[in-house]
Amino acid sequence: MRRLAAALALAALVFAPARADDRRSGYDYMSPQTRAMQDDDAANPAMLWVLDGEALWNAAPAPGARACSGCHGDAPKSMKGVAARYPAFDRALGRPVDLEQRINACRTGRQHAAPLRSESRELLALAAYVALQSRGMPIAVEEDDANRAAVEAGRAIFERRQGQLDISCAQCHDQYAGKRLAGSVIPQAHPTGYPLYRLEWQSLGSLSRRLRACLAGIRAEPYDYGSRELVELELYLMVRARGLKMDAPAVRP
Amino acid sequence: MARALIRVPARAKRGEIIEIKALISHTMETGFRHDQLGVLIERDIIKLFRCTYNGVEIFRAEFFPAIAANPFITFTTLAQESGTIRFEWSGDNAFSASESAPIAVE
Repeated sequence: MRRLAAALALAALVFAPARADDRRSGYDYMSPQTRAMQDDDAANPAMLWVLDGEALWNAAPAPGARACSGCHGDAPKSMKGVAARYPAFDRALGRPVDLEQRINACRTGRQHAAPLRSESRELLALAAYVALQSRGMPIAVEEDDANRAAVEAGRAIFERRQGQLDISCAQCHDQYAGKRLAGSVIPQAHPTGYPLYRLEWQSLGSLSRRLRACLAGIRAEPYDYGSRELVELELYLMVRARGLKMDAPAVRP
Repeated sequence: MARALIRVPARAKRGEIIEIKALISHTMETGFRHDQLGVLIERDIIKLFRCTYNGVEIFRAEFFPAIAANPFITFTTLAQESGTIRFEWSGDNAFSASESAPIAVE
């Protein structure tokens, strides 16, 4: 039996496509210590936000309003795989929206509550709780007829030189990925774990915050939170990372 | 509201070395930073962490401004008897939080 399994494994190796997928998530570049921190739910500080998110999920945003769970029920069931499909195209708006925008759209449209501020603890907590339900699932953002224009716009932003340093995202994250920028390894920019806990921030943060920090780093004017450009860039990155495993809520250095 | 995540083995053998983990959400504001208008942000840190095992103190740590936000403490102890392991954090601005977990020793 074992010999058969070994033979099958060997056959799989031999017949695998010649060029393996060389995409690596940020997790693969981390030190064993930081990985251990992410892998242990008792050590991963992002789980503190998840606890808040679970409470918010089950709480009415205002007296008389419905909680998230009032419509969506149990998040582990209803939200399974959802974060792996965002940013998703919103037909009513005619543009893609990211997970945080979807949560806020639900709050204002269905719960008749005030939208949550970008990067607020509440919004990050809800996003982290929803994202947790996709942990281990492959990113499933597809390029289709509806979102093609937005994906292309995101790709154009990714490849366009900008800022005073006059470099593009692609130059660092495609061309020089795996090399070092000062002491840090340049990752391939696959957003597998957002919202995630960055040790540098000492807090949870969204993909938008990460992208804005990157833009400030190349001395470009960061796009505003919730702007079309940021969502297009997020969308392109998720299409680019399609198939990689979600590890949200992750820890990154 | 301060969230805390603690990990204590639910059961252990008498004399066994058990690992205990405690993570709490706290900004640990150092008191050295200024806001965008140049005003000093007041210090707001946890100053003391205590862990007791059936009322007996088994671990204590003093925290200082250099401790990162959301402090994480892990240590080991000997499983002696069934009972409760209790965690207490206290600090600036009358901060106080506690958690406890049962342990069965056989």
